[in-house]
Amino acid sequence: MTTTTASLRQAAPTPSHRNGAALGIGLVVLVGVLAVVCVMSITLGTRGIGLGAIIDAFRDRDDSVDATVIRDLRVPRTLIGLVAGAALGLSGALLQGLTRNPLADPGILGINTGASAFIVTSIALFGLQQMTTYIWFAFLGAATAMVIVYGVASFGREGATPVKLALAGAAVSAGFYAITTGVVVTNVDALNQMRFWQVGALAGRYWPELERSAPFMVVGILVALTLGRSLNGLALGNDMAVALGQNVARTRAIVVVSVALLAGAATAACGPIVFVGLVVPHAARALCGPDYRWILPYSLVLSPIVLLTADVIGRLVLKPGELQVGVVLGVLGAPAFIALVRKRSLAQL
Amino acid sequence: MTHRLNAQDVSFGYGGEDVVRHLDVAIPTGEITVIVGANGCGKSTLLRGLVRLLKPTTGQVLLDGASIHDLRSVDVARTIGLLPQSPVAPDGISVADLVGRGRYPHQGWFRQWTAEDDRAVASALAATGTTELADRTLAELSGGQRQRVWVAMTLAQETDLLLLDEPTTFLDIHHQVDLLDLLTDLNRDAGRTIVMVLHDLNLACRYADHLIAMKQGRIAAEGAPSAVVTPELVTEVFGLDAQVVPDPVSGTPMVVPRGRHHR
Repeated sequence: MTTTTASLRQAAPTPSHRNGAALGIGLVVLVGVLAVVCVMSITLGTRGIGLGAIIDAFRDRDDSVDATVIRDLRVPRTLIGLVAGAALGLSGALLQGLTRNPLADPGILGINTGASAFIVTSIALFGLQQMTTYIWFAFLGAATAMVIVYGVASFGREGATPVKLALAGAAVSAGFYAITTGVVVTNVDALNQMRFWQVGALAGRYWPELERSAPFMVVGILVALTLGRSLNGLALGNDMAVALGQNVARTRAIVVVSVALLAGAATAACGPIVFVGLVVPHAARALCGPDYRWILPYSLVLSPIVLLTADVIGRLVLKPGELQVGVVLGVLGAPAFIALVRKRSLAQL
Repeated sequence: MTHRLNAQDVSFGYGGEDVVRHLDVAIPTGEITVIVGANGCGKSTLLRGLVRLLKPTTGQVLLDGASIHDLRSVDVARTIGLLPQSPVAPDGISVADLVGRGRYPHQGWFRQWTAEDDRAVASALAATGTTELADRTLAELSGGQRQRVWVAMTLAQETDLLLLDEPTTFLDIHHQVDLLDLLTDLNRDAGRTIVMVLHDLNLACRYADHLIAMKQGRIAAEGAPSAVVTPELVTEVFGLDAQVVPDPVSGTPMVVPRGRHHR
């Protein structure tokens, strides 16, 4: 009996932490890729810039055109892409974990439509011209949508269940969409401003946008990265999560707050960029399996790679013009997502 | 006889009228308790209430003398395990991974995966005969194997009490007997207290030390199956005309229903 037990013990493979080393190395490689993409994002564009110019721009504070382009345009643009990309990807991963719905992304909880509605309304009411001012309205709209959706979904005995969240999100989205359409139809200014914001772009977003939105996203990212264990519990369903000793209501509330921070600020900073939040978590899952303790960091690193690469492609294809990143992502993201869906069953998370 | 888990005057419901009404129940420690009753009699509701998935509208559930809702949820999870009626698992999860998630209440921020967790997972796999499935994904398994893996997951939780909500529902008769034998092993060898809801009255009589028959949210009868299962009880609880004869294999009561065509 002793020998049987011993051999069983030896034969029994241990859970995923055994391939933790491989996943860790993969993550380091991805960080390397991200660094390369960042350098490309700073150097490539309508105006090509040499690598040395990057260092010069910050060391010498010279006023050459290259230095100005780097300091005031490329670097902030890259940083926004970096932070917003991470925020969008993580918020998608969190929402897919929370709702156990493979199609969940910030759009499903009405965050994008909430932000849009507040922006057009503020333009119509106050005639806002400055990009920097509407960040606050976008953020307010996103947070409002989130609060309404979570509040509505919390009614009833089981609290904010995945299905109720998705339904409330769809209803609130429809409501905000109606407001947006109503305002845009009657207000030409709002329509013009809206058209640009709606696509989702990194261009035209500089230091002020970064300074206003980054703190929210950084806090959201830090909170999100602590949620892996809890999301693993939620993945087994409400009953099992409770039976395993998890405080399900608290987990849901924390997830919702960090999604509001992440997606709200990212949407405010660069418009309603879709596909990153939807596709990247699936790509992460394909790489590292169903463990959210790995899905979250993988999404964190993969998302800015995708977003910045799409931005660079957008800058290069229409040279000297630019294609907005939202358009590039839509065009490239749709087939990528279809390929992913065909390859893997996304039925259950 | 000790009763670590008991309920006093509890009522449970889902917002509307209570499904379980003012019920007192004590779960005998170290025994197998089986709850039976007609559809909608509140047996699953009672089970869910006992693991604090529902908040009682009256009375309280006591675990080791303390109200279960006042205890830290992680402490409860180290004492009572639950296998829900239709548990869900993420796609592509491996058996070893799933069983490992049963270790959740034993881990924390500063206590990640340890050798102790490895040992618990290995022995849960061994006890359920699923060691050789460890590297497979759950989706590849048959219904019977899958249910064993779920039991392994709750075993890895290493709780003294194990509650199962209709664990045999989707299994054929062979795998039903298999699973109930496994649960009996766990009870006899490891002294685990087992509470489960079963539909099959004859299997319930065979495997239960303590049988609880429920009717309309209340307990109609409880005790050793041989003492409580009578034709009158079957008629009262299930509204069914039946004969009760000794099971030729186990000697426990066997309920033979008499339908309209066999009177």
